[in-house]
Amino acid sequence: MAQSESLGGDVQLVHLTKEFGTFTAVDDLNLVIPKGSFFALLGPSGCGKTTTLRMVAGLEEPTSGQILIGERDISYERPYRRPVNTVFQSYALFPHLDIFENVAFGLRRRGIKDVKAPVESILSLVELDGYARRMPAQLSGGQQQRVAVARALINKPEVLLLDEPLGALDLKLRRAMQIELKRIQVEVGITFVHVTHDQEEAMTMADTIAVMNAGKVEQMGTPTDLYENPRTTFVANFLGQSNLIAGNVVDRGDDLGVDLYGNRIRVPRSRTSTNSDSLWVGVRPEKINITLAGQPTLGANVISGIVTDASYIGVSTQYLIKTTWGEELMVFEQNLQNSGARPGETVNLSWEPAHTFALDATQDVGAGAGAGEAHS
Amino acid sequence: MKSRRWLPYALLIPGILWLAVFFITPMFNLAATSLYDPTGSLDAGYQMTFHFANYSDALSQYYPQFLRSFTYAGIATVCALLIAYPLAYAIALKSGKWKNFLLVLVIAPFFTSFLVRTLAWTAILGDNSTFIHFLRDIHLLSPGGRILATPIAVITGLTYNFLPFMTLPLYASLEKVDPRLIEASSDLYASAFTGFRKVTVPLSMPGVVAGTLLTFIPASGDYINSTLLGQGARTSMVGNIIDSAFLVRLAYPLAAALSFMLMAIIVVLVVIYVRRAGTEELV
Amino acid sequence: MSTTTPNRVATKSRRDLKSASRIHRAGVWFRSHLILLIGILVLIYMFLPVFVVMALSFNQPKSRLTYSFDKFTLNNWLHPCAVGDMCNAVGTSLKIGLLSTLISTFIGTLMAFALVRHKFRGRAVTNLLVFLPMASPEVVMGSSLLTLFVAIKFPLGFWTILIAHIMFCISFVVVTVKARLAGLDPRLEQAAMDLYADEWQTFRRITLPLVMPGIVSAALLAFSLSFDDFIVTNFNAGSTVTFPMFVWGAAQRGIPPQVNVIGTAMFLFALTLVVISQLISSRRRRKLA
Repeated sequence: MAQSESLGGDVQLVHLTKEFGTFTAVDDLNLVIPKGSFFALLGPSGCGKTTTLRMVAGLEEPTSGQILIGERDISYERPYRRPVNTVFQSYALFPHLDIFENVAFGLRRRGIKDVKAPVESILSLVELDGYARRMPAQLSGGQQQRVAVARALINKPEVLLLDEPLGALDLKLRRAMQIELKRIQVEVGITFVHVTHDQEEAMTMADTIAVMNAGKVEQMGTPTDLYENPRTTFVANFLGQSNLIAGNVVDRGDDLGVDLYGNRIRVPRSRTSTNSDSLWVGVRPEKINITLAGQPTLGANVISGIVTDASYIGVSTQYLIKTTWGEELMVFEQNLQNSGARPGETVNLSWEPAHTFALDATQDVGAGAGAGEAHS
Repeated sequence: MKSRRWLPYALLIPGILWLAVFFITPMFNLAATSLYDPTGSLDAGYQMTFHFANYSDALSQYYPQFLRSFTYAGIATVCALLIAYPLAYAIALKSGKWKNFLLVLVIAPFFTSFLVRTLAWTAILGDNSTFIHFLRDIHLLSPGGRILATPIAVITGLTYNFLPFMTLPLYASLEKVDPRLIEASSDLYASAFTGFRKVTVPLSMPGVVAGTLLTFIPASGDYINSTLLGQGARTSMVGNIIDSAFLVRLAYPLAAALSFMLMAIIVVLVVIYVRRAGTEELV
Repeated sequence: MSTTTPNRVATKSRRDLKSASRIHRAGVWFRSHLILLIGILVLIYMFLPVFVVMALSFNQPKSRLTYSFDKFTLNNWLHPCAVGDMCNAVGTSLKIGLLSTLISTFIGTLMAFALVRHKFRGRAVTNLLVFLPMASPEVVMGSSLLTLFVAIKFPLGFWTILIAHIMFCISFVVVTVKARLAGLDPRLEQAAMDLYADEWQTFRRITLPLVMPGIVSAALLAFSLSFDDFIVTNFNAGSTVTFPMFVWGAAQRGIPPQVNVIGTAMFLFALTLVVISQLISSRRRRKLA
């Protein structure tokens, strides 16, 4: 499969807005999707990610704003004029046509006569050789999904849109397809825009993720950026889990000295996204070390508390610690050399300052928690 | 995705026009005709005198036929319901892979002409038929008794002819009943019959309402069964009167009043019935 | 008492148990299949007149006035048009049936598309308008049309019958096609447009083939409604005679057995069509399995 030879460029969404009556699904969205990247739009149901995708495909008309591919403004063009193809969540394979005709559909509509070679080649790419003459109803979910991908890819679009394509698959198959799609994208070199609510899926597959909430982008960056250094409580809670503790800045040096209910901790400046003195201090549960009282701690930031719950879940043990000020924090400890902490025991929680992040205290501490999907 | 805004209206115009001209307008015309002065004639023309007395005349002269029509139609509807319900139940819930085949069998008798089938009933219920002899032999009928040319024959014909109209909506409704609900009811100590009574029957109510309406309405206006299976004036229904008034006696204002009154009574009955049954969506 | 040996006691009660359990099992089978048996009885009842019609088609009646089985003959089937006017009436019914089917299916399908696929003001009113003819008694519909035609002095005959048939068939077509269309996933059409098919191509290649079964069954329904209609036709026919009208007239004058030939022929023809279509669709389904 040739590299993306189009003259297209980055996909740009400029002040893109979509209103349904009084409800604003997409609110002044501004986004640049780099050409040739695997880009994920991540967010809970109703955040506007699917609506955004459909506007790029041409299946919804923007209320205002622009959509550009390179220099070309496609904002109000009909879907059949856009160099964009979609893989639908329900696959939307034409039930009355066989696989060959399904895949060849786009080519035929564009007037291409010799479809046999491209169809066979793309079916090989998605590992469905020999299925050309079957009907969609005869195929399994995973196979239908691959046909849907083939049907879109064969047209060599500038952008491939994927609307939660793996949602209907079981766990093992989903994992396999995630790797498969990533492989295809790298091989083909086309810009993929993948919409999902599954944060693990997004982090596995995407080069860049934009986290959306209520029609707006909360934060955009690489999976590592978003996970290790979230800039909003929504992102902190939606991706993985976070402990968010209210704190006040007491001194500003190279690091910030922050007071947490009488405990002094340090936060590097680079990991603070606000100048305010009131902060949410965030640290991920897996970054915290749990040691019994009296034992040496493993990190410059230290607080203490009492274990209220310890759940062994195979890979790790999950603790709930009640701090001296009454808040319950989560700690995940990999089951390598356990601390052996049991409910009722007093423990120290310690972590590296570099693993801390700080957010503005005016943000809603509960945003994104619960709205986020379970870790599959 | 916005198609052209005028498209739906363009698609609707032919149908709406046709129905407006050939269904709605005639209704108004019928209403108007019912108020003409009955002393006119087709040749001389009718005067519009808002002669409401046409209605009172029609009612006082023909109230037996009205009563008879609704009685026959009512009995036929109840009988049809009792006969069709087990059939629809069997097909929807108990027939497994034979479901489509049985559905075809329900509609198949329909393929024979309505009139030809009703005539067949005159053969089955005829005075010298095997069936009548059988009934006389087992003393359900007196030795000289007959069924043909009696109200029973008419009602039998009405029940029979509208069975598919009763069965299919019932089937559609019963098919949607989730069998797991019955399982849940038996898990909660209900016997099979109670489960049926308290779960299946209420859930099939939309089908019952649709089926009874689709049976009662045409049955009350029917006159084919009463002519072929009944005996003249003794079993005549409103339909017979309307037919003869329009086509034989040419008494248009009276006939129109009868027709319109039938329509009005049916509308009232249907509205009351549907309100009480609580189903809004029929189509 | 127990003079029997233990062995003989065991055999005897085992035999009793076996027959008792067989009776019990028969009872259980009967009870669980009761509804199905009743259903089959009802079906037999529904077919009874059809069998009578078939039998009478081979009848040679002693006189025109009796209507019971006298003598077997193949004559009726060999000379179905021997009765004057009957075949004319059948021909008229067929012509009206085909025309009204074509026109009402076309108009009704257009309406169904508008109702399912588009948002517009007055949707509820349109639905009501479509529903009303299905809920009106034929006597009222037929007689009201008659008063209209008389008032505008339009001659009664073939065309008035056709107009009336189209009128009441439209509603049934709309309901049938609507049902099929509503079950059609709109995302299939979106996928087609995403794959470079414009509106017309999408309709032609995706929508139409998938709605076609609904349109076909609507057409079949319209045809059978039209062919078999009596009351509305009778009011608006003038001197034209359709097959049901012929039978009606014959009922007073004496019923020729060829009437049953036509009835049986219609039944067999329609049944064949249905069986063929079921075979086709079940063969297609078996290919997929």
